[in-house]
Amino acid sequence: MSAYTLDAKQLLCPLPVIRTQDRVATLKIGDVLTVYCTDPGALSDIPTWCRLHGHTMLSSKEDVDGVIELVLKVGSPIYNAQQ
Amino acid sequence: MPTRQTQPKAIALISGGLDSLLAAKVVKEQGVHVEGINYFTGFCVEGHTHAIRNRDRTRHKRNNALWSAEQLGIQLHIVDVIDAYKDVVINPKHGYGANLNPCLDCKSFMVTRAREWIEDNGFDFIVTGEVIGQRPMSQRRETLPVIANESGAEDRLLRPLCAQLLAPTLPERMGWVDREQLYAFNGRSRKPQMTLAEQFGIKEYAQPAGGCCFLTDATYATKLRDLWASRGEKRYELDDIMLLKVGRHLRPRPHLKVIVARDASETQYLRGYRKAYAHLLMTSHNGPMTLLEGEVHDGDAELAARIAARFGQGRAASDVQFDFVTAAGVARSLAVAPFKPGDIAPEWYV
Repeated sequence: MSAYTLDAKQLLCPLPVIRTQDRVATLKIGDVLTVYCTDPGALSDIPTWCRLHGHTMLSSKEDVDGVIELVLKVGSPIYNAQQ
Repeated sequence: MPTRQTQPKAIALISGGLDSLLAAKVVKEQGVHVEGINYFTGFCVEGHTHAIRNRDRTRHKRNNALWSAEQLGIQLHIVDVIDAYKDVVINPKHGYGANLNPCLDCKSFMVTRAREWIEDNGFDFIVTGEVIGQRPMSQRRETLPVIANESGAEDRLLRPLCAQLLAPTLPERMGWVDREQLYAFNGRSRKPQMTLAEQFGIKEYAQPAGGCCFLTDATYATKLRDLWASRGEKRYELDDIMLLKVGRHLRPRPHLKVIVARDASETQYLRGYRKAYAHLLMTSHNGPMTLLEGEVHDGDAELAARIAARFGQGRAASDVQFDFVTAAGVARSLAVAPFKPGDIAPEWYV
């Protein structure tokens, strides 16, 4: 397991989701990715994207400056089982 | 009816609206493996695109395409097409709609991308939520074949909501979907979609139709035209089109545009651009972050500061002080008298 960070600050949604999606595609199952962003929509969208794609949200928090930190663990895609 | 051993696979264009949600649902209910795809052009309207502003922070802060995918229980692939999409906006083969919306070119572009995606990923066909007569430009009986042809998707493009009014497509002929369980929706009425949503138990959905693209918005289109006119050519970068969504835009000189934040949230957002743009920070009073776009000539900083001062708490003061910082990061202080009501010419507003 390795830990990575992604800076998606100042991007408006869905760009933080897209950047997260593209970064996760390069990681291995069990890796942990911490995403920093400023669009409050990411607090809803990145967890939703994780649920859809079989990844696990470990934590999320927003600091006083409005910077949001989301930590996720890379899982295996859940719907690919149907293919 | 022919059958196949493996489950057929479709990619559904998911906008976040009701029609694409229903179209994907109809096909999924027939046993097809469906995944969603959503293209981000930079002009997409989302519930929290507006949430930059304080007053909009109570709106749903969610991406409707992701929300739709979760209702459907499907994966959603969100694809950044910002750069590739520029040619669609700048040189639409089929022209613009009422504003700067190149709807027919846009749909052809997205279906072309989807056709490439299914070819790369071994999927069988494409699903869209188009309905004949729903939209004046891209969803007419005459234009639906144009999209199928120009995209190269041809009969691999299934429109479940109006399929019974069109020639049978490959998934219908192959028996991957039952044509009898597709629909014959036609026209601008939303009632059939709402009835179908009720049948599926879908109680909450985004706006019934339209409103998903800033290019259909007259005010936004005016700002984009102004941007192009000021540059002498149709050209934009992502930051340009994002900034058109934020703040008051005034053009007091042909070469100079002033972007004034409307509240604290917009000020916070515009601060993110302070390293790329000349800007004004009000130091003597509380006031909005202000960006200056274009070449800054002698006197322009003072002019922009007088405008910005009009929108700060020092609007009634004799002078208001600012730090003016050039795009190169060189700072100087200045003090100006705020413009009085009526001093800001109406035609400056973009």
